[in-house]
Amino acid sequence: MPRPPVDYIERTREQYASLGYPPYQWIHNEDEPPFAAVSKSLAESRIGLIASGGIYREGQIAFHYRDDFSFRIIPSDTGKSTLRVTHFAYDVTDARSDPNVVFPLETLRAEARERGIAEVGPNAYTFMGGIYSVRKVRERLAAALAERMEDDAVDAALLVPA
Amino acid sequence: MSSAWSITAAVNPPRAVYLDFPLGHTAGKPHDPALQRRILRDTLEALVTIDTPGTIRRLPYRWAEDDAWKDLVMRPDPGGSGGDDRIERHPDPQYQYEEDRVTAEAAFERDGCPSCVFLA
Repeated sequence: MPRPPVDYIERTREQYASLGYPPYQWIHNEDEPPFAAVSKSLAESRIGLIASGGIYREGQIAFHYRDDFSFRIIPSDTGKSTLRVTHFAYDVTDARSDPNVVFPLETLRAEARERGIAEVGPNAYTFMGGIYSVRKVRERLAAALAERMEDDAVDAALLVPA
Repeated sequence: MSSAWSITAAVNPPRAVYLDFPLGHTAGKPHDPALQRRILRDTLEALVTIDTPGTIRRLPYRWAEDDAWKDLVMRPDPGGSGGDDRIERHPDPQYQYEEDRVTAEAAFERDGCPSCVFLA
């Protein structure tokens, strides 16, 4: 029998308590989320990709681990062999071996090639999700990425945490 | 896409799919493009079929025959001292390869890395 999902909020609470830290303040959004109706079929849709697993491309400045809320622009035709992964909060072994596990760009391209979707957005966007400032994420990073999605005229954005 | 049910439920996004895999595998298993494709298709299907805001749809894949991996998550030293195993939060770029640093710093000197966006 499958067991219930790992409760990472609870395990973080336990870990912080064992280290003598005050509890981590998770965001809780109680309101009903904004919901845009889908007006096109998948086959007609341009899909954008945003991933927070610390992916960068060879030649780009890597992420640092102290509230780095910068992002990287990765052209959608970027080959897997030039992708790199850096992050302090999860085991990056498999992501470095096959970036598709946290950054399904190649997978989306395959879907577009076989006409499951119309196309992938012109760029994918990546950041390193270990950012402890909700304010910086909400007011600066999320706002900038939403603007990129609009500029890229995507019909939907696929968000992939790690 | 999410592999952390409680966090995603707290964030409460408009639509989500939940994949019960260890963190770092939100879009599938490494070197298994067929599984990665199935997971992506299910995810895209959720985009066009979820009609209740805040729905988290559970995907039907399992990491392994049993769920023993769940005992080790964030408990890297079972029965041990339970110290802080987290990586230090370095304030300078952390490259996967040292060569990346050389290439990136040279490129940055040249054109400032226009594909790196540093927000104020």
